[in-house]
Amino acid sequence: MEYSVIMSGFGGQGVLMMGEFLAHCGMKTGLNVTWMPSYGVEMRGGTANCTVILSEDSIGAPITGSPKAVIAMSEPALNKFGPKLQQDGLLLVNSSLISCELPDSGNGLSRINVPTVDLARASGDEKMANIVMLGAFIASSKLFDPAVAAEEIESFLPPHKSGLALGINKALLKGQDYINNGSCA
Amino acid sequence: MSDKLLLKGNVALAMGAIDAGCRYYFGYPITPQNEIPEYLSAELPAVGGVFVQAESELASINMVLGAAAAGKITMTSSSGPGISLMQEGLSYLAGSELPALIVNIARSGPGLGGIAATQGDYGQATRGGGHGDYRLIVLAPNSVQEMYDLAGEAIRLAFSYRNPAMILADAILGQMKEPVLINPAKTPDPEAPWALNGAKNRAPRLVKSLYLKDGEMTVHNWKMHEKYNLLKKNDTRVEVDCPSNCALAVIAFGSAGRIVKTAVSRARKRGLPVGLVRPITLFPFPEQAVAEAAGKSGRTLVIELNTGQMVDDVRLACSGNSEVYFKGYPGGTIPTPEEIEAEICMIFEKGGQRVCRL
Amino acid sequence: MQAVKKIKGFSAPRCLKENIFHFCPGCHHGLVHRLTAEAIDHFNLASSAVGVIGVGCGVFLYDYLAIDCCEAPHGRAPAVASGLKRSNPDSFVFTYQGDGDLAAIGTSEVIHAANRKENITIVFVNNSIYGMTGGQMAPTTLPGQKTTTTPFGRNSAGDGFPINMAELIATLPGTAYSARVSCHDAAHVRKARHAMFRAFQAQIEKRGFALIELLSACPTNWRMTPAQSVERLVDEMIPAYPLGTFKDFEL
Repeated sequence: MEYSVIMSGFGGQGVLMMGEFLAHCGMKTGLNVTWMPSYGVEMRGGTANCTVILSEDSIGAPITGSPKAVIAMSEPALNKFGPKLQQDGLLLVNSSLISCELPDSGNGLSRINVPTVDLARASGDEKMANIVMLGAFIASSKLFDPAVAAEEIESFLPPHKSGLALGINKALLKGQDYINNGSCA
Repeated sequence: MSDKLLLKGNVALAMGAIDAGCRYYFGYPITPQNEIPEYLSAELPAVGGVFVQAESELASINMVLGAAAAGKITMTSSSGPGISLMQEGLSYLAGSELPALIVNIARSGPGLGGIAATQGDYGQATRGGGHGDYRLIVLAPNSVQEMYDLAGEAIRLAFSYRNPAMILADAILGQMKEPVLINPAKTPDPEAPWALNGAKNRAPRLVKSLYLKDGEMTVHNWKMHEKYNLLKKNDTRVEVDCPSNCALAVIAFGSAGRIVKTAVSRARKRGLPVGLVRPITLFPFPEQAVAEAAGKSGRTLVIELNTGQMVDDVRLACSGNSEVYFKGYPGGTIPTPEEIEAEICMIFEKGGQRVCRL
Repeated sequence: MQAVKKIKGFSAPRCLKENIFHFCPGCHHGLVHRLTAEAIDHFNLASSAVGVIGVGCGVFLYDYLAIDCCEAPHGRAPAVASGLKRSNPDSFVFTYQGDGDLAAIGTSEVIHAANRKENITIVFVNNSIYGMTGGQMAPTTLPGQKTTTTPFGRNSAGDGFPINMAELIATLPGTAYSARVSCHDAAHVRKARHAMFRAFQAQIEKRGFALIELLSACPTNWRMTPAQSVERLVDEMIPAYPLGTFKDFEL
């Protein structure tokens, strides 16, 4: 069974890193994975998105026209990728930034609003909004045991960023808790 | 599985080249291949190699020519406009029978074009590209693992046949990340009986492509032709996945081949008897495998990220024994598997856009 | 090829093959070949030298010098030499280029090789014309000089000005040695020989980029006798291309 997720937002929101970490965890659990970034001309600002595909079988296309899940970190991202979701797909919305409804959401998808900034602030680092969202995604997609993410942070981070591991772990847990317990606390 | 590294295609290719013994890189920056020189500029000095950022692709390819003439494993990488500038040097490399690895992470064109994925350089790559009667060995990876593996394979083939070898990929393969199993096993450097390193205890050597005496050039052209025939016979690579009742063989290479793979698997789930033929060597083109699949199926569909280049080779291979359909996506437009699936369905329902009217 | 006649009291350099030069009467390429061969002998480089040959009348250098040689595409010899030297620093690498090769189509390659401080030697023959292709204008052609593509004489307004490469190359920090010499008489040939040795010494001592520009005659395409062409070289070329050492690694 193939699982595809498109993560999208503004450049600088960390959506590419979010996808890379997801792909890394998938690989570590023994899945085949692909991570496909979309890049613009500008190195900062603009829009950014990536497609991650995880599968027990070998993966064909690294892109998809009908993702199983969409993570929208910005309103343009929601409008662009939300309508492409599969029937009964999973939609995670960064409600700290997005208040609008998805146009034409009549395909039975489940939408989860995640107040990423509030949760990140509560975890101790406001800049971890993307990690909070990733934690929420891992918990709601049930792709693999959330413990894997905690275990693989160190193998993922380059040596000069290893100091971030603790903060990332806290933010991941915050996102997972939010899905499991529905609390912002 | 856990031994794998999650790598970008461009980085995997650079690692593959180093692991295959390449120590001399000469290049000039251009998007979307910059991870290759960036990686090598950091890593080559550590393994006793040399990285030079040249003043142009003209200079890069000629530095490659120099290192190849010295008998060393050497490479360069670029994209469309830079590869065009290199055509002069590629012709001299081929004419002088020197091995080298040339990487084209293609961008759309003509002209400055765009930086998105394309296969518009198929014709340039497979027909030689520069002046004169020669071909490049052309390998088309379709995964990050193959970016790593085929870099080494291209180097081995280049030395076996004393001919420049090109990896033809694009931004999808260069920029995507996938798990890669690396194999840094050190193989001994290949023999280079032409190496110019000073005529010590031997006769002087000459690396040249100028043949002015009567008949010399003709002899050289036929010799090269024989070499390409041998390459075709022994080192044509192709992936074929056709069911026994195949009624449509879809043919695509590289990144398009990946997208088609998913489309074919979706079509099969609908009960359609569809096969996939993926050329791995573009030169030599897997004529026989294509002809067999096409003959068995009676119909082929060629998918390319251009307006139709490999389809000519498919038509030649089919020799009129198969209907040939074509769907192209030029200029950086990347089809989804769902779109290709729809094309496949359309052929089964009412026939697609037919290009072959022989 | 014909064998060279032996002359008493006169011996050829060891690395010079016994082939008769194909050059036209009065051409100085043969002389520059000999000076190059003398430098190879002098520094005992026959077993480590690699010559990179540009496109022009000098392209058959490998018929005359018993050393490893590589042809380069037109103008690209300094890039080819860079690749050879970088991948095999123990070899002695020099290029042999004419004025069209070095100062027109290959300007970029020679300037950037100098700028990278490539440890190579450039032997540059300036005869102010394209010889091999039949006497067309070169970047070094003098104002007013008639060639097959400047039938009314080179007009700087549209055809440009002569380029003084030795001076230009001397301005670059990567250059260890740059000099211009002439081949028109015995005294100047002796000076040229000395300059050739300096240009070789620079590489042997790993000082960086070295260039020797040799003014030489092309009687055939100048449409002159060899004697007249020597006069022209002295009267017209040397005033436009002053002789001298523009940079030396020990000065």
